[in-house]
Amino acid sequence: MALLKMKFSQQRRVRLAQGLWLLSWLAVMCGAFIFCLGVYLKIELLRRDEVMEDTDIHAVPNLLMLVGLASIGANWVASRVCQDSLDASRFPRWKVLLLGWYAVAALLCCLLLAVVVLSYALQGRLEESLKVGLRNGIRFYKDTDVPGRCFQKETIDRLQMEFRCCGNNNFKDWFEIQWVSNRYLDFTSQEVKDRIRSNVDGRYLLDGVPFSCCNPASPRPCLQNQLTDSRAHYNYEYQSEELNLYSRGCRQALTDYYMGLMNSTGPGVLSVILIQLSVLLSMRYLQTAVDGAMALESPEGESEGYILEKDVKATYAEVKAKALDLLKFAQVDPASEAAGAEEGEKAAEASAKAATPPPAS
Amino acid sequence: MPFLSLKFNLQKRVKLAQGLWMLYWLAVIVGIILFSLGIFFKIELRKRSEIMDNNESHLVPNLLILVGMLSCGLNAFGGKLCHDSLDPQKFSKMKPMLRPYMLLCCGFNALLLLLVLLSFLMQFAVYLTLAEGLKNAIRFYKDTDTPGRCFMKRTLDMTQIEFRCCGNNNFRDWFEVQWISNRYLDMSNDVVKDRVLSNVEGKYLMDSVPFSCCNPGSPRPCIQHHLTNNSAHYDYDHRTEELNIWNRGCRQAVFSYYSGIMNSIGALLIFTIAGDVAGLKYLSTALETMADPENPECESEGWLLEKGFKETLADLLSKVKTFGRANQVEEGGASPDADAT
Repeated sequence: MALLKMKFSQQRRVRLAQGLWLLSWLAVMCGAFIFCLGVYLKIELLRRDEVMEDTDIHAVPNLLMLVGLASIGANWVASRVCQDSLDASRFPRWKVLLLGWYAVAALLCCLLLAVVVLSYALQGRLEESLKVGLRNGIRFYKDTDVPGRCFQKETIDRLQMEFRCCGNNNFKDWFEIQWVSNRYLDFTSQEVKDRIRSNVDGRYLLDGVPFSCCNPASPRPCLQNQLTDSRAHYNYEYQSEELNLYSRGCRQALTDYYMGLMNSTGPGVLSVILIQLSVLLSMRYLQTAVDGAMALESPEGESEGYILEKDVKATYAEVKAKALDLLKFAQVDPASEAAGAEEGEKAAEASAKAATPPPAS
Repeated sequence: MPFLSLKFNLQKRVKLAQGLWMLYWLAVIVGIILFSLGIFFKIELRKRSEIMDNNESHLVPNLLILVGMLSCGLNAFGGKLCHDSLDPQKFSKMKPMLRPYMLLCCGFNALLLLLVLLSFLMQFAVYLTLAEGLKNAIRFYKDTDTPGRCFMKRTLDMTQIEFRCCGNNNFRDWFEVQWISNRYLDMSNDVVKDRVLSNVEGKYLMDSVPFSCCNPGSPRPCIQHHLTNNSAHYDYDHRTEELNIWNRGCRQAVFSYYSGIMNSIGALLIFTIAGDVAGLKYLSTALETMADPENPECESEGWLLEKGFKETLADLLSKVKTFGRANQVEEGGASPDADAT
């Protein structure tokens, strides 16, 4: 009792082959689209490489690129099979390949699903990586004279301006570190000396932020220094001032940006999965229908197409038996071993008897 | 003696028609590109219309959009013409339309030429509008409570950040205007009162710039205030400091952006004209001069101009002269009448 049997006349077979040919070229385009998506995501991640601590999240674009390339190859093969399918002399050579092709296509669908799942699962890792990376970036903001860190300031400034964010969680992160280099501090000044002595580590801490935290949409020219002191500026209330600086933290901003990117590609990836599945099923129908037609006496007649020859349970039992057979091939068969052992013993006795008589005589 | 003539046999004509068909569809794509370029340019002008006093001329992008649409239509028709050209029946139906179509194409190419000239000449207008607009923008920077100007601050800040520039000609333009609103000035403070009284118009002038002038690439945290006072900051010399704020003026920066766009539009248009003109002329003349219309396989000649270049010019001039003389009374005609009477 075959699974999902359908009858195919010659004309329907031709239509199926043509439709599948078009569908497989569509699937090739989709594979190219997935590849380009992977490349784009990777470039976006690499651009902000400096504020990310580890590269776990790169698994998503890497997988997308791999799947895209494999999908292009597999679907191109499918289109070639379609072209040869109605020619009885050329189709048989594809038969061996088709089983492997089904496995590859199913694997591609699973991998695409895995990509969608991963892009949600890795969000936590992304946030952690950004937290550590941004913390280091802010700490090394002042080290514009240290090789290897001299561009940290520019990177963080551009990041804050582009993503409209300030600090790691919020702007107060800038109050906890020294972001003005000692090169630009006048150590003879009383104010500087006071500030440095006021904390254990001898750091020059300010309640001020860099200019890149300023919000251009504020009606007032930006206030960067003495932010917590409401009396330092005219008509300024620290608690209620909202527009002066960016209120969002850069970790949140970057996470939102990347999650937004990956979510917007979600529907695209799901539709590619659907297309790939339909190519797989149509290929199976085409293969069984053409095989059936070639087995008939009149190749122009009607044949049957199905997905599985028997139903699911019977196919599963068959596959299990075949697998066990394959495993048993390595073991020695007990019955034939017993027979062989006896023969071996007899032969040994015979040769032993042949060897012993001469000394007796 | 025809100008740049080539001999065509049937096979070459077929190849020419096929090549031209592809060329025409390429030209349709170019038309679509021109259309989208026009839309892009229009959007870019609108985005920054605030710093151009809302006074900028949209002539070039509007014409470009029109030209793009016309180009698509004309070239699609030309492609159809090529498609039908090698079938004598269809071609004989199309033949009367050929001359007007050619004239239309010539007119269209003249329009393209005009657009090329405009896109190079209008850059002057953009420059002048920018200069005026930026001057006003800097003056109205502080008016974030005045309706109609409340977004000037944000626009100018974003422009300075995006184009990496400061002020109109350079950063000193900020020293000449009051860019802090009176709402945020403590008028009871002595320092403020001194500054306001120190100039005729009672403006609060400072040697400071807004934060958007800051250069992120500077190794030092940005110095915005007291820029000309070396003693106000440790280890600072305003004459040698280069990286602190942007050196370029916004007029120069924004203008080079727009002139880049307009130059590439001009270049694309020139390329389009050159491609269009040569191709169709060759094909139509090749087909018109088939010696024996019944035998499609004979040879024929194709050319760009019927006579040589100089003769064609002379022809054109004489035509223009006769057109001018149509109103004059002919001398030869007048005298026999005079003799008769």
